[in-house]
Parts: sequence; C-alpha cells; structure tokens
Amino acid sequence: MGSVGAKEVPVLLTADGRRIDGRRLDELRPLAITAGALRQADGSAYVEWGANKVMAAVYGPREVHPRHLQVNDKAIVQCKYNMAAFSVDERKRPGLDRRSQEISKVIGEAFESVIFAEEYPRTSIDVYIEVLQANAGTRCAGVVAASVALADAGIPMVDLVPAVAVGKIAGQIALDLKKEEDNFGEADLPMAMVPQSGRLVLLQMEGHMTREELSQALDLGVKGCRSIYETMKDALRARYRATDPATTEVAA
Amino acid sequence: MGHRHRPGPRPSGRDAGSPSDGERTLVLPGEEIPGGGLRPGPGTYRVNGHIYASVLGLLRRRPPVVQVVPLSGRYIPRAGDTVIGTVTDVQGTFWLLDIGAPRWAPLHMTGTPWKIDYGETEQHLKVGDAVLVQVESIEATGRIGVTMNGEGLGKLEGGSLVTISPAKVPRVIGRGGSMIETIQRATGCRLAVGQNGRVYIDGPVDAALKVRETLRLIDDEGHKSGLTERVDRLLRESRGDYHPAPDSGARPAPMDGDDDDEGPDRPAA
Repeated sequence: MGSVGAKEVPVLLTADGRRIDGRRLDELRPLAITAGALRQADGSAYVEWGANKVMAAVYGPREVHPRHLQVNDKAIVQCKYNMAAFSVDERKRPGLDRRSQEISKVIGEAFESVIFAEEYPRTSIDVYIEVLQANAGTRCAGVVAASVALADAGIPMVDLVPAVAVGKIAGQIALDLKKEEDNFGEADLPMAMVPQSGRLVLLQMEGHMTREELSQALDLGVKGCRSIYETMKDALRARYRATDPATTEVAA
Repeated sequence: MGHRHRPGPRPSGRDAGSPSDGERTLVLPGEEIPGGGLRPGPGTYRVNGHIYASVLGLLRRRPPVVQVVPLSGRYIPRAGDTVIGTVTDVQGTFWLLDIGAPRWAPLHMTGTPWKIDYGETEQHLKVGDAVLVQVESIEATGRIGVTMNGEGLGKLEGGSLVTISPAKVPRVIGRGGSMIETIQRATGCRLAVGQNGRVYIDGPVDAALKVRETLRLIDDEGHKSGLTERVDRLLRESRGDYHPAPDSGARPAPMDGDDDDEGPDRPAA
C-alpha cells in the first residue's frame, strides 16, 4: 500500500469496515469545543473537529449597518462564512467567492429559523465564521461553532443547532466525511438539526444517493447530531460552570 | 411557536432572587424545564405544553412563572438605570449614544442642561465623547430615551473608560457600595460605574491602570467566592502603604452573592 498519488483513488473502506483513519462507518471524528474564546465579541466559540479548526464570533443584537436592511419588527441575522487563505493545501484566494456566499446564506437562514428575532426589533445579529484549517465538513463545524457562540452571546433561541455531514464512500453510507472521503466519495450530505423539535434547518446534497440511502443517511446524521449536541452543551456548561449553584457561594 | 417573553432581568439587584429562592440551576437554550404547573416567564418558551429555556442562564421559579435569568449578553436597558455612553453620531437636535445596548440611544438637546440652538449640538458633544446619562424610557419599538438632566449626570472629561460585563456591575459596586469604596480608597481614583458595564476612572495613570486590572479581575472571577480577598490582595500588591478598610476586612461573608445591595452609581469621591 504505497502513498496515495494525486490521481490515484485511495482505499476508503477496508474489508473489515475500517475507514481511512480507522473509524467505523458510524463514527465521528474527535470534536473539541471551547465556548467564549474571544474577548471583544459578545459571544464566541472555537471548534476543533478532526483536522478542522473553526472560530466563530457573534456580535449583537446591534445597530444594523447598512441602514436599509433594518426590519421594523425583528432582528436580522447576518452571517459571514470565510476560509482563511492558509486553511487549505493550495493557497485559497482570499475573500468572497460563490461557495462562501452560498454557505453564508444557508447558515444564516438556518439560524434565522431558531433565533427569537422579534425580541430585538431594528437590530442585527452578526455571525462571523472563520475557517482556519479545513478538512471537509467546515460548514457543519461552522454551524456548531456559531451556535455555541450565539448561546454564549445570550441570544434567545429555540435550541442549539448541531450539524454534521453524512456521505457515501465505497457504496456505503458513512458519518462525518474527512477530506479524502469527500474528494473521492460518491456523495456528501451536510445537515443541521434542532434537537428540541427534530426539525432540519440545513440540508444540502452533492453527488448521488438512492431514496433508501438518503433515508439511511438522514437517520445516521440525526444520531451524529445528537452526539454533537451533547459536546456543545458540555462546552457551554464548562464556561459557565462556576456560576452553577454547586460552586457559587451565596452570601448570607 | 408558543408563548414568548422578553428576556428576564439581569442577575443583579434585590429582585434577582435571594438564597431562599432555592434552586438556581444553569440551563441552556432548548433545555426542557419541568414546569410543575408554572407559566413560562422571561427567557423561556412553550411548545405543546412543554416549557423550554430560550437563553443560557440560571433557572428561577417564581410562582406563578418560571424564568431564566441570562448570564451573558448585551446590556438590556431599564428605565432609571445610570449608564455611560459614547457619542456615535451628531444630528441637528440630538446625539446618538452607544450605551452597549442593542440600539443606539438618542440624547435630545432638551435632555441636557445646555441652552442650544438648532445645529449647535456639536459645540457641546462630539463623536467619541463620553457622557454619564440616565435611561428615561424604553419604547415598544426598542427606542431608548436618555437624559443628561439629573444629579451627577453630564459629560465625562479626561479619565478613561473600562468595559466589563453588565452582569458583573453589582460585584464592582459591592454591598452598600463597599467594593467601589475599597477600590477608590486604595487607588485614590474616582470611579463612576454605569449599569451598562462601563466604568469611568478619573485619576493618575498608574492608579487608573491598577483600577483597570482590578476591574478585569472582577469581570473574570466575580462569580466565584472569595472575591473581596482577591481584590484586596491585588490592590495591596502595588502599594506598600495600602491598608484594607476596617469594615471591608472585617466582613465575614464574601459579598459576591446575588442579593447584594447595589451601591450608588456614583459615590462621593
């Protein structure tokens, strides 16, 4: 088994069901979340998920910057997803491109559907997602980071929003694709979910799946989201733990 | 969507609950709250008869409602609050102030002690100037009315500003103003604390930096116990001649409970 050449397709799944990094089909990459990673932002979070490194910052509710975007009876949610020039092997040309515009739009709309925006009329809630290192699944890592940052910023919302990508590699449905699996696999299905209601607020697909595979993939994704949800809650509890009554001394 | 409420009061002041309220659990958005027949209050929402938290905060049962008191987030203004704002825009008859709230607050020229003709606003306050003002009204549109007419209110000349979390303001003031008194006595600086988490420091640079360091400590660790001792230690480090005030040193309980009295916003120097 030599090194993987540029055109050569790697073995994505071994005979005994192991993936390129030794995971089973239903296993997530290691996920670590730090809530409140930045001082200046109203809320922030840093996520390391496999080889992905993503920082999210939330500002607001605050004055809407281009005034004409202001809405009289609710807050608007403005999301900006960006990949650093150094986040990938070949230098990424910095700035807006069609991909980051699309991702900003779908993530912003996902959060719009969970935030109680009518509580802050004529304001803007600004979400910034910066991908520092990318290894497939960055939009999901971005949703996870931004969601924790929103909670850290005290924004009222229905629930946290865990997200994960499910894909198809070597004919099999697999959870949380990494870069090689995304590049050489047959399909990629990023999704974000509201655990409180089970509603999906983001669902995209690239590649091909049968109906049966799709429903299998959704089931697997929901399971993955539930697990990620716990990690997100743990990160927030760790940050605010000291305020928990168990450790807070109450003055007589 | 179910029943909605505005976010709850900040975790400060007497009405934020005394130890007798008992349960004070940390809850996260989306977390189900056992209702026990209570109605959903601020910081919660209801779907199909179930109550969930909408913000990160401490759970508080206050029959007939259950609410979540937020632990983070921007300053939510309340009428009567004294706050420190910075001028962000100057118009013909009013200034816009950033008070750290979701919206900028207009300060109309009639809300100042000055006699101003139309267009002369900029002669009194320019963009970037800091002012101590009082919140007069909150309208349904979210508009925040502020005034500069009142004792101790006005433009802040010289000095410097430090911003901390609005939730930590009661810690900076301390019970009956004891903490702010300690800091002022130890450093010789004069402080004005806004409910919005902005603190104005007037004094020599070295002393002002010491105050800033102290405020950072309170901001970072104000929710943990033993705050008074740590503040005393920090203040003592810099000054050999510093002696803790007799009353603060003798205080048996740390004054970091939620039921602290809020001190005056601007104690006499």
